[in-house]
Amino acid sequence: MRIARLLVTLFVVGGLAGHAAAQGRSDTLIVVTESGPNSMDIHGVGTNRPAYQASWNIYDRLMTFGVKTLPDGSRMYDYQSLKPELAESWQMAADGTSVTFKLRKDARFHDGTPVSAKDVKWSFDRAVTVGGFPTFQMKAGSLEKPEQFEVVDDTTFRVKFLRKDRFTMPDLAVPVPVIIHSELAKKHATAQDPWALEWLKTNVAASGAYKLESWKPGMETIYVRNEDWKSGPLPKIRRVIVREVPSAGNRRAMLERGDADVSFDLPPKDFSEMAKAGKVAVVSHPVENAHAYVGMNVTKPPFNNAKARQAVAYAIPYETIYSTALFGRGTLVTGNLIAVNTFGYDAKASPYRTDLAKAKQLMAEAGYPSGFETTLSFDMGFATTNEPMAVLLQESLAQIGIKTTINKIPGSNWRNMLLKKEMPLYINAFGGWLNFPEYFFFWNYHSQNAVFNTMSYQNPAMDKLIDAARFETDPKKYAEEVRGFLKLALDDVPRVAVYQPNLDVAMQKTIKGYQYWFHRQLDYRQLAKD
Amino acid sequence: MRRGSLLRLVVKRLAAALPALFAVIVVTFLLMRAMPGDPAVYFAGLSATREAIEQVRQKLGLDRSLPEQFVLYLRDLARGDLGQSITTGQTVAYEIATRLPASLELTLFALVLALAVALPLGILAATRPGSWVDHLSRVLTTAGVSLPTFFTGLLLIYVFYYLLGWAPAPLGRLDSVWSPPPRISGLFTLDSLLAGDAALLGACLKQLVLPAVTMALFVMAPIARMTRASMLGALGSDFIRTARASGLTRGTVLYRYAFRNAMLPVVTTLGMVFSFMLGANVLVEKVFAWPGVGSYALDALVASDYAPVQGFVLTMASLYVLLNLVIDVLYGLIDPRVRIEA
Amino acid sequence: MTSTLRHARYVVGENPVTLLAFGLLIVMLLAALLGSSIAPYDPLATNTVRKLEPPSRAHWFGTDQLGRDILSRVLVATRLDLAIAVGAVSLSFLVGTAAGACAGFFGHWVDRIISRLTDTIMAFPLFVLAMAIVAALGNNIGNVVLATAIINLPFYARMARAEVNVRREAGYVEAARLSGNSALRALRCHVVPNALPPMMVQVSLNLGWAMLNAAGLSFIGLGVRPPTPEWGILVAEGASFILSGEWWIALFPGLALMLAVFCFNLLGDGLRDLIDPRRRT
Repeated sequence: MRIARLLVTLFVVGGLAGHAAAQGRSDTLIVVTESGPNSMDIHGVGTNRPAYQASWNIYDRLMTFGVKTLPDGSRMYDYQSLKPELAESWQMAADGTSVTFKLRKDARFHDGTPVSAKDVKWSFDRAVTVGGFPTFQMKAGSLEKPEQFEVVDDTTFRVKFLRKDRFTMPDLAVPVPVIIHSELAKKHATAQDPWALEWLKTNVAASGAYKLESWKPGMETIYVRNEDWKSGPLPKIRRVIVREVPSAGNRRAMLERGDADVSFDLPPKDFSEMAKAGKVAVVSHPVENAHAYVGMNVTKPPFNNAKARQAVAYAIPYETIYSTALFGRGTLVTGNLIAVNTFGYDAKASPYRTDLAKAKQLMAEAGYPSGFETTLSFDMGFATTNEPMAVLLQESLAQIGIKTTINKIPGSNWRNMLLKKEMPLYINAFGGWLNFPEYFFFWNYHSQNAVFNTMSYQNPAMDKLIDAARFETDPKKYAEEVRGFLKLALDDVPRVAVYQPNLDVAMQKTIKGYQYWFHRQLDYRQLAKD
Repeated sequence: MRRGSLLRLVVKRLAAALPALFAVIVVTFLLMRAMPGDPAVYFAGLSATREAIEQVRQKLGLDRSLPEQFVLYLRDLARGDLGQSITTGQTVAYEIATRLPASLELTLFALVLALAVALPLGILAATRPGSWVDHLSRVLTTAGVSLPTFFTGLLLIYVFYYLLGWAPAPLGRLDSVWSPPPRISGLFTLDSLLAGDAALLGACLKQLVLPAVTMALFVMAPIARMTRASMLGALGSDFIRTARASGLTRGTVLYRYAFRNAMLPVVTTLGMVFSFMLGANVLVEKVFAWPGVGSYALDALVASDYAPVQGFVLTMASLYVLLNLVIDVLYGLIDPRVRIEA
Repeated sequence: MTSTLRHARYVVGENPVTLLAFGLLIVMLLAALLGSSIAPYDPLATNTVRKLEPPSRAHWFGTDQLGRDILSRVLVATRLDLAIAVGAVSLSFLVGTAAGACAGFFGHWVDRIISRLTDTIMAFPLFVLAMAIVAALGNNIGNVVLATAIINLPFYARMARAEVNVRREAGYVEAARLSGNSALRALRCHVVPNALPPMMVQVSLNLGWAMLNAAGLSFIGLGVRPPTPEWGILVAEGASFILSGEWWIALFPGLALMLAVFCFNLLGDGLRDLIDPRRRT
């Protein structure tokens, strides 16, 4: 009896205390996410996507992007407007071969040390030297050699251009070129590890708007505001707790019950329902320069035959996929390869639509009147939308004689399969950080055969157009080149784009200031809680 | 049992278990490397070139021959180095040391819950064999073991958290507003009790309820079944008949004599159930975001992340061996008549 | 034969739960055999116009995300699930019993090797072992059956070993040996048939466990390929719809799974009563 009474007291007290603690939630933001960062160093090997969110909020970069408001009232970053962050101003050289940045004099790292140009140089040298994704991303903006980075004086830093590349300046504002406290990092460097990769994986040497309060990998990450941050307006939210809750259903339940404030990564159906129900706010934005597509390997039969590929393009049940697998959370592009908010977008560019009769005719013309058998693969990590899409596609293809077996590939093996480039037919997606069509085409259609050119498409005519467009300075020629490579891609159709996905976020109605970023991560610095 | 023979038993059992442990290490090692994913590709990241991937492969030591890799692995193991996880970036030893208490706490609570229900049910069924109570108890416990744990977990969350709001949000061991107690045992409930923090203890217990119930439902059946069987056996034995004939009250007969004698096989069952639960709570941990070793291993397995899975399997196998040993020793201590073949 | 039947009737009458289990078994077998013929709709045919409809007269169990009829899918899945369970358990029963019987009969190094092998398997966390086997060997039904069979092996091996051990010295075995039967023949024709009955009980209980195992594997994506219906995968698909209120997608396959496992578990008890009432628990 005594034990029972004790237990009851504990529960009541626990409940009350929990309630009292919950009152302190007004200056704390609780974010629930599917998985969290596996490293605090964006330059590290194997760093995952959630780590970019940590890096974005904890570290500063030289510049950031401005903000623009869309007609529907939502806010997004303005990719045409670069704004100061750690650098308070910059000056292009008269001959256009370099840019000189003036750093803020009052910028401090979290431990109070002033930020100097040699920290910037060390960080940039690191980014172009460590290899892997960071180096690759820097290269996309022609930032390739440490010789390009020059310390002029303590607060002046110069970047020399290798060539005239319109991506260089925006590339300095993406998550990768962070400014690291080089003195602190160098203390933990060793002969085998001159860039302190080991230490920076679990430690922070930053100057950003938020400090890392605690990090329990696999469970939660807690950020606390840096009260001395000078590189922008001081954030309104004092503390951010990011909790890892693997089950999407649980995340939704927590949002609806008010136990969480923000969540990305929910199934499209849940976003659609929550938007209709109106209890929480759902903000939607088309992911820039991105699409989900059906890809085909053009080096092997049967898909080395252009007519067979076109047959597939006419057999995809576009509308059904859009409404059933995606619940309308995106834009149906029906084959169109340039995204809605990217230069060169032409709603009427694609000739494709669901037309089974035409598809059957093309199959006959291709030499496969009775069809053929093949496999249809997709990434299990995105099964929520991919699986229904695959089943619908399988059914439709069966009607024109293409019998497919569905292959669910675990996420860890998916990249491997893409690299091997042996899958004949598959569903995949790609999105580019820099919102230019030639950027997208460079990674997806150029014969340099990057991993993203999953179709192994190699066409000298295409290469010529892409290469020209990348460094084209004449706007009229540029538009022509873009139209050119778009038409070529649509005629040859090595892949069929189906839809451009949305980035959906669900949040409590008291959260204000959310802004869409090209990196699709949450920027805590703009948020406020009523 | 004399102390000397006890020590000899322990040593002999451990020695006998070593080949099995070694075999476990070898099999896991081979299975991991047979898996389709390529950790070097995964590790090297999204846009790595072939050269970069080869570099990573060299760094991870995956370009060496299998026997060579195995020897290196054994060498690291001997130093206590269980490797590093690609997906979380932490060392496996650290992760297991922090996550194992979470799994143990959940399993222990589930076991206590299961005992609290199954023992009385079993005893009740044994005292009234063939009655409707007997049948009902069998139906109930069998129903519990027939449901897939992930399904039960989701249903319970839906009803008790989402619809009724009685249970807290299923986000792991502790809600964000609380900080965990100072670590002594790693079991939050025990540590908060030791720290004298009643409110914290309450919060921990609240988070434990749903996942513990989900797991308990699953193991009630074997416990109830074994209790019933051994109680029946005990109640039908000569010494009980003597006790009854001597005029002892029903309660005394039941609890002082029958129950204690019947407990032996139940203890063995408990041991088996406990080790089974430790390995099988993978899905429950996933559904309730419980940061235990099970969900850790599951994530690593799906990501073809070798080191955590190897570490997890080795830990579980060692625990299994230890557990069996403890039970055997307990058995010998409790019942002196039992001679254990060493 | 009639005495067995009479005994069976007595046992079943004594224990109404066993009767219930037998009834369920018949229903399941019928569903497995006739599934595709009695299913009202094609289990693979999508009909997205009528997706996510609750149970109604047209669709007794409602429809799923692609408009497929859930009743048809659950019915057709019966055959696959039963096949997986029976396949896995048969395999592990045959191999395990053979191994255990040899170990128990011949003893010495045969016993030692086989015991070490079963100890090794038992030391593994079983579900993770099954996951690893399926992941390593390939994500298909055959490997699910194989993996489930492997993790159930020790169970039968140990039981067979114990039962054979007990009977090894029995009088009738000695008589068989003395009349000129080889050891193997004595084992096969005399010892094993007597050891079988208690093991059959475990087979029934194991069938339920094998089914849950396969369902668990499907839940994490290892197992059956879409769009093939299988109870575990149907529950996994439905799990993400529970919180948004479409409870029928997970409930009906979950119930089917539960009833099947339930039936096998109860049958195990009934079989035990039928074969060897003294061992009743």
